[in-house]
Amino acid sequence: MKKSLVRKGEYFDSVSLMIVGKDIAKMEYVKDATVVMATQENKSILKTAGLYLPKFAQYDDTDLLIVIESDHEKKFKEIFERVNEMLIEIRNKKDESGSFSPKSLESAVKINPESNLALISLAGRYAGHEAMKALQLGLNVMLFSDNVSLSTEIELKTYALDHDLLMMGPDCGTAIINHVPLAFSNAVNQGNIGIVAASGTGLQEISSIISEEGFGISQAIGTGGRDIKAEVGGMMFLAALDALENDDQTEVIVLVSKPPHLSVLKKINSKLKGISKPVISIFLGADKSIMKENGAIAAQTLEEAALLACAVAGGFDTAQIEKFLSERKKDYIEIVNNHLNKITPGRKYIRGLFSGGTLCDEAQMILKQSIKNIYSNRASDKTYSLKDSWNSKEHTLVDLGEDEFTVGRLHPMMDFDLRNKRLLQEADDKETAIILFDLVLGYGANSEPLNEILPILKKINREKSGIILICSVTGTKNDPQNREGIITELENNNVIVMPSNAAAADITKLIIQNINI
Amino acid sequence: MKFKKLFGKKVEVVNIGLETFKDDLEKQGQKVTNIEWTPPANLSEPTLNTLQKNKEVIETANKKALEIILNGKPFLVGLDIARNVIPGMKDDLLLHSGPPLTWNRMSGPMKGAMIGAMIYEGMAKDFKDAEKLGESGKIKFSPCHEHNTVGPMAGVVSASMPVFVLKNQEYGNFAYCTLNEGLGKVLRYGAYDPETITKLKWMEEILYPALKNAVQLLGKIDLKNMIAQALHMGDEVHNRNRAGTSLFYRTIAPAIVKTCKDPEITAKVLDFINGNDHFFLNLSMPAAKVTLDAARNIAGSSIVIAMTRNGTDFGLQLAGTSDSWFVGKALVPDALYFPGFSKEDANPDIGDSSITETVGLGGFAIAASPAIVQFVGGTANDAVNYTLTMYEITFGENNVYQIPYLNFRGTPTGIDVTKVVEKGILPFIDTGVAHKDPGIGQVGAGVLSAPMEPFIKAAEGLAKIFLKNKERSLL
Repeated sequence: MKKSLVRKGEYFDSVSLMIVGKDIAKMEYVKDATVVMATQENKSILKTAGLYLPKFAQYDDTDLLIVIESDHEKKFKEIFERVNEMLIEIRNKKDESGSFSPKSLESAVKINPESNLALISLAGRYAGHEAMKALQLGLNVMLFSDNVSLSTEIELKTYALDHDLLMMGPDCGTAIINHVPLAFSNAVNQGNIGIVAASGTGLQEISSIISEEGFGISQAIGTGGRDIKAEVGGMMFLAALDALENDDQTEVIVLVSKPPHLSVLKKINSKLKGISKPVISIFLGADKSIMKENGAIAAQTLEEAALLACAVAGGFDTAQIEKFLSERKKDYIEIVNNHLNKITPGRKYIRGLFSGGTLCDEAQMILKQSIKNIYSNRASDKTYSLKDSWNSKEHTLVDLGEDEFTVGRLHPMMDFDLRNKRLLQEADDKETAIILFDLVLGYGANSEPLNEILPILKKINREKSGIILICSVTGTKNDPQNREGIITELENNNVIVMPSNAAAADITKLIIQNINI
Repeated sequence: MKFKKLFGKKVEVVNIGLETFKDDLEKQGQKVTNIEWTPPANLSEPTLNTLQKNKEVIETANKKALEIILNGKPFLVGLDIARNVIPGMKDDLLLHSGPPLTWNRMSGPMKGAMIGAMIYEGMAKDFKDAEKLGESGKIKFSPCHEHNTVGPMAGVVSASMPVFVLKNQEYGNFAYCTLNEGLGKVLRYGAYDPETITKLKWMEEILYPALKNAVQLLGKIDLKNMIAQALHMGDEVHNRNRAGTSLFYRTIAPAIVKTCKDPEITAKVLDFINGNDHFFLNLSMPAAKVTLDAARNIAGSSIVIAMTRNGTDFGLQLAGTSDSWFVGKALVPDALYFPGFSKEDANPDIGDSSITETVGLGGFAIAASPAIVQFVGGTANDAVNYTLTMYEITFGENNVYQIPYLNFRGTPTGIDVTKVVEKGILPFIDTGVAHKDPGIGQVGAGVLSAPMEPFIKAAEGLAKIFLKNKERSLL
């Protein structure tokens, strides 16, 4: 039986509501629950979930819908009371300080005239408008939201560049500005390496590795993934590169993205000719030769890019990095041999479950060097597009942060439920040989990842045999989550923890190659 | 490119959206200005575009409207009988609060007050008689607002009732309001029993001449000055009028003593004013009305010049849309109820008294009135936050009405409909609550936000005028 409660004119942000929704769903007597604003999108989600009621038609964006499904009719009153309490708690938490929260950008700037960066994470259809307002008020912008139209993106970036303002995003999840990590970013050392990234987790992986190697970051600028496509023309990517050239703190520059559109690549190459600082570039999956003519040092993996940047910053010979990486592979043989015999016959496929999109791309790229048939919801080759993202096929790598998984749900870096279910689902498959996954730490990410994932890993260890678990942990020792402790605990639970995403993919590749021999 | 305003500077973040991003930054010791964002109202695309295109025209018109509102000089200049002074007042006409309303859509307290007025005027002898008359169509009903008048709660005005006469000395326009009856069984809350009628008669026969003579002696009373002082003394002159009433009493008492020959009547009249903390409400309301009416008919202006409820509907008028009403359903207030009553008993919002909010008083000035913060959550901080929020939707700040606690900042003044719909923030109104049945009276007092619907319609109405003018200029 379903019952609903509507609170008109009460707006809450989506994360707060999803947390309340999760807590309610865990309550006794509750079968299913949802707490959402009555937007068109949410209403269609409710329809899909079978939680829609006809009377919802009259409500819109500013109204809060609460739907509870329960078999205990007498309990509804109690449940709704608890829901109300939770919502009041959120409100009170906001009001705790007693200080006034402005309701608009204009007032925010009036309250603090020193404001210089707007971090915007509203639903896409509102976000563009607010971003433009922020720029017009003279604020730099980090636009976390996606679902902002291409024309809006171009308009925003054009305006920003006309006014010497940084416009990161739309769909920019990671940036570190003047040593302050924003949104999904890691607590990295301060240093002299500047990064321009059209890839969020790419930026996290590189900046974290640099920091763990003892070097540091001056600025890490995200542009949003669409910036390097033909339409936007690399507008912000090029401007950011320019700004790092002009920035006194920055001595080494790293560029990271998927392969840019050819027209954009040309612009980058010609811009690089005027850059005096050393540049390391990683255009994931692109042919190494495309970067040759511009004088940049090309890397093949995120890790290699990070290490090359450290080498340049530290004044070492970059050739040592290549040597180190190939030497390291020799050590893998021992690990492979130790684990190969654990895989039981019939198990032959890789199942990759990623929360970071770029990490998923990188793993695919590495695995494809020797394995052809890798299916993914982010396949570069359409032949290997996964038809049903919810079910794996042969070798499969899924990015759980893609839209089909995150509609109405928190990102998998915050909410582990989806991946936990998928981990069990893959473990149940008799053909699964290796489960490869990432764990991304830092601000924005789940603050207690072990509490979330360990029970699942223990269950797999207890109930299944013959599956190898491989993981890499993106983050730094200064992140809020205790990276060292997490790695130790994972290793105690039979997980092979590799120092980087690339290394994790590499060892996965080696194991699979050896099974198939 | 250098990003000069950012690189090398301390990052000062404004967060808008996910709260977790703010929390994370604060954990790192960063100071964050967090915006409590609400979605804009759902406006049609043509309306949005039209308002956007005419932004500068609207801004110029609003400057003019605000200037008129700020320059307004409301004075009490006399008292008279409604039929002598209120434009269009007739013996078969009853005025009421809020936007236009027909008999069959009237709520309990509104019907009760209408019945009371019919009995008071001798048009009907009892409830049944009056009800029949109301249904018959022989009596006309019209909003106070369309007759330069305002009335609290039901706001019913009939031809024989005495009214305050106010003049805007700057612009020469007038406004009218009945005299406040005090608490208990009163017409404005829909009471119509003999006790109520007897009091109204006393007001007409005893109170009115005494006050009329006293005001005549004084010539005129500066209400703007009195309201400004009352704000400094803890009133917001809507739900709290104790200071305003005291100030008025200090001004009027010597004149009553001088002009009233009968010491017993003098004492009764003075006691009546002194004993009613809301006496001043019926002066602060027409003071707001006479100030705002001067700003009518300013082409292109999106400033609200009337905001009112009749117990069924909530209506508003803009400076830039002549006499059009934009109407939506009136809501039931969140209130503190008198013992024995609850929200179940409450009538939807009623009264012209939200004219005080419209001019930057009442809920907009609640930060000036710590004594009544129990209506808004209990702490002085809550009250301050409500006032601060209202600055988000006003075009300007008052030059005379100030809030001591906010370093004498002018109250938020000139509600701008374009800001209301863009920010999704609604005007905040202090109010009394009437029982939904006629004859019972007040059951509580509290606050509420205006409904969004009339503001959306007003924005669309303004946009339509721009579109029409554009068509005309193309012909």
